[in-house]
Amino acid sequence: MAGEFGNPEVIQEEVDILLIGGGMACCGAAFEIVQWAEAAKKEAGVDLKIKLVDKAAMDRSGAVAQGLSAINTYIGTEQDPADYARMVSNDLMGLTRDDLAYDLGRCVDDSVHLFEEWGLPIWKTDENGERHDGSKGLPSLKDGGKPVRSGKWQIMINGESYKWIVAEAAKKALGMDRIQERIFIVKLVNDKNDKNRIAGAVGFSTRDQKVVVYKAKAILLAAGGCVNIFRPRSVGEGTGRAWYPVWNSGSTYAMAAEAGAELTMMENRFVPARFKDGYGPVGAWFLLFKAQATNAYGEVYMVKNKELLNDYPPYGQAAVPASCLRNHLMLKEMKEGRGPIYMDTVTALGKLRETLSPREVKHLEAEAWEDFLDMCVGQCGIWVGENVEPEKKNSELMPTEPYLLGSHSGCCGIWVSGPTDVGAPTAEEHADAAKIPSHLPSGWSWGYRSMTTVKGLFTAGDGVGASGHKFSSGSHAEGRMCAKSMVQYCIDNKDLKVELDTDPAQLVEDIYKPVRNFLEFKDYTTAIDVNPNYITPKMLQFRLQKIMDEYVAGVATYYTTNENMLNVAQEKLDMLKEDALKMRAKDLHELLRAWENYHRILTAEAHLQHILFRQESRYPGFYYRMDKNFVDEENWHCFVNSVYDKSTQKWTCFKRKHVDIVDKSKLFKPAAH
Amino acid sequence: MPTYVRTDKCDGCKGQDKTACMYICPHDLMKLDKDGSETGHAMKAFNQEPEQCWECYSCVKICPQQAIECRHYADIVPLGGSVQPLRGSDSIMWTIKFRNGTLKRFKFPIRTTPEGSIEPYAGKPTATMATINNIGFFTGTENGGVTAGFRPGNRAELIRL
Repeated sequence: MAGEFGNPEVIQEEVDILLIGGGMACCGAAFEIVQWAEAAKKEAGVDLKIKLVDKAAMDRSGAVAQGLSAINTYIGTEQDPADYARMVSNDLMGLTRDDLAYDLGRCVDDSVHLFEEWGLPIWKTDENGERHDGSKGLPSLKDGGKPVRSGKWQIMINGESYKWIVAEAAKKALGMDRIQERIFIVKLVNDKNDKNRIAGAVGFSTRDQKVVVYKAKAILLAAGGCVNIFRPRSVGEGTGRAWYPVWNSGSTYAMAAEAGAELTMMENRFVPARFKDGYGPVGAWFLLFKAQATNAYGEVYMVKNKELLNDYPPYGQAAVPASCLRNHLMLKEMKEGRGPIYMDTVTALGKLRETLSPREVKHLEAEAWEDFLDMCVGQCGIWVGENVEPEKKNSELMPTEPYLLGSHSGCCGIWVSGPTDVGAPTAEEHADAAKIPSHLPSGWSWGYRSMTTVKGLFTAGDGVGASGHKFSSGSHAEGRMCAKSMVQYCIDNKDLKVELDTDPAQLVEDIYKPVRNFLEFKDYTTAIDVNPNYITPKMLQFRLQKIMDEYVAGVATYYTTNENMLNVAQEKLDMLKEDALKMRAKDLHELLRAWENYHRILTAEAHLQHILFRQESRYPGFYYRMDKNFVDEENWHCFVNSVYDKSTQKWTCFKRKHVDIVDKSKLFKPAAH
Repeated sequence: MPTYVRTDKCDGCKGQDKTACMYICPHDLMKLDKDGSETGHAMKAFNQEPEQCWECYSCVKICPQQAIECRHYADIVPLGGSVQPLRGSDSIMWTIKFRNGTLKRFKFPIRTTPEGSIEPYAGKPTATMATINNIGFFTGTENGGVTAGFRPGNRAELIRL
């Protein structure tokens, strides 16, 4: 029976492995898993049924949809995975899992070399040191070709079709009969006989009147980070011009939390300093074109305010200070009235022109534009509208609204099982160990790489917390790690029969609540959007953003908050959560928005609760707890983790000990005072 | 800059059930107005939620009629500029027009292999269950594996071993 609005067709399907998401992580998993599934069939007689669902179209889904101008994680032959783990740690103020970063560091280049084989053009440097784009036929990275390093870890690419290429490989590997696009998963379902095990997932088609109920032994949840929980700086049409993709709605964190997975470092956020309004990338400008950022008077704030770095030893004293501290130095200029902040593109390009031939200058101009056109066309829109040619006019920089993510320069996410061969802790040995809920594992590994604390639930990319700086290539590699683990998990549990802990009919009702709300009350008023019986997803999002912006250290307060403000915000969030049940959906598009916003609320609440629990300001420049405006290495050099109880709707936060697996002292110069 | 669809160029992808722009938009913004009840233009697509547009240009690049363009965010950007691509199979051409009339054109490669030509497992080893719990991927780790991308690292760096 074909479904209709308000009376959807219910599709029930049983698979062994479900991949939720179609971004870099799930593309990596799709590519890797087919090989291992074949091996399982041939050698263990286990025939695994695998399915991938994506809320968009894989050719252009996830954070890489638009393209990228660089691959930010490429280790190369000249650096060690330990160097990479050190960089990740320092940029995130010392609190990352070295085991995860190290493991990624040794595996990530495999994915990058595949991308090049598949057709991604990667810039090269020739023997004379001249740069060439990736179509010029210079030797590939695999064969010793020299990439163009825009930074220690970044390599430049012609990446307009980056995602298109990676998706083609994933789709070919898995086969379109095992992929379904435009399916939005909104809830995970636990096992009836073991509440700490995953049993399935439910969602709906955004194209047809269908609700889908999947039973699965193993699930990879890789649905991106979280955008738009804070009021954006632009609130008209420009609302969509978020720095991270606006379709990343916290689904990964919210669904994992509701399934009981342990989250980690949800207090972490990323506030990128980017070209104002367009949010164009600054990396190539700083690193490749050697531009400097200044206040309105031409003073380089990283030099002028460098003493401030000594307030946060040792993280400010590395050769490259932590990202948040660079913001901290910029914010001083803004707060004291010496804005606007500028990227001095004029001087940078002028200096480069002094040593270049006219042909090279033309190439340089194209490179500067390509940097935006490959990954942030919107910034070009600003430049053409405001007549900005970077060689003639400097552009403003601005710190954005906060974002939550685990794959870029952020480390919030889910606590996962790590590798066993790098010396990671196998037990919890610290004063507060007894406060860790007893059902959760001890140590950093519990059997399957990248499994969360919920049996059978895996994550990758933005989902993996306490790591960061994985970016596109690392997310792909992490997805591949999950693929192997999930196959092994399914073989080990081949006789397991999972059972959904909730009746599918009830799950369908839960999912369709916003539609029911609409159909029941729509004729009560004459104006479709103004009705005392329901709230539109758009207005609910505005309410969330107002609360977060004004109380939880958004741009309105220059990223400051305190315990009192956080408690007020929690009260307001409690009511917002109640009202979320009254969201309306007048069509499938609005049903998509309703559930995205539900996920945003839970993600926002996790962020708030973690900031409240951590009695310090770990990330100056990203947020300040003004009542605890210091970094407290003695008491808070630890992970803050949490679990959510969906029946009581309460969070439990607790500490886990941080341990160094690589030596960090190599990063630092001695403190000046 | 929310995308907009030109009435003189959009053909609704010739009456197919889904248009190319609907297929590709990562944020579910493009919609086909089949009977014209929403826009007054039957069988043409439109951006149903312009303030949620990320300007990713996926719809602009995929439209077979080049019917989709961008008008930069009205709450931020002065009128008159435009940034328009023409995406081919191996490169993309950009035409960039400033508010003051300055014109720039750029062409960048996008791909070094023919579209649809990827053979994901060509020249790759077969996975064997005996190695599933090893570090790395089915592409192997010995001498960097078949991709030469595995970096074993200096074990002396691991201070707890």
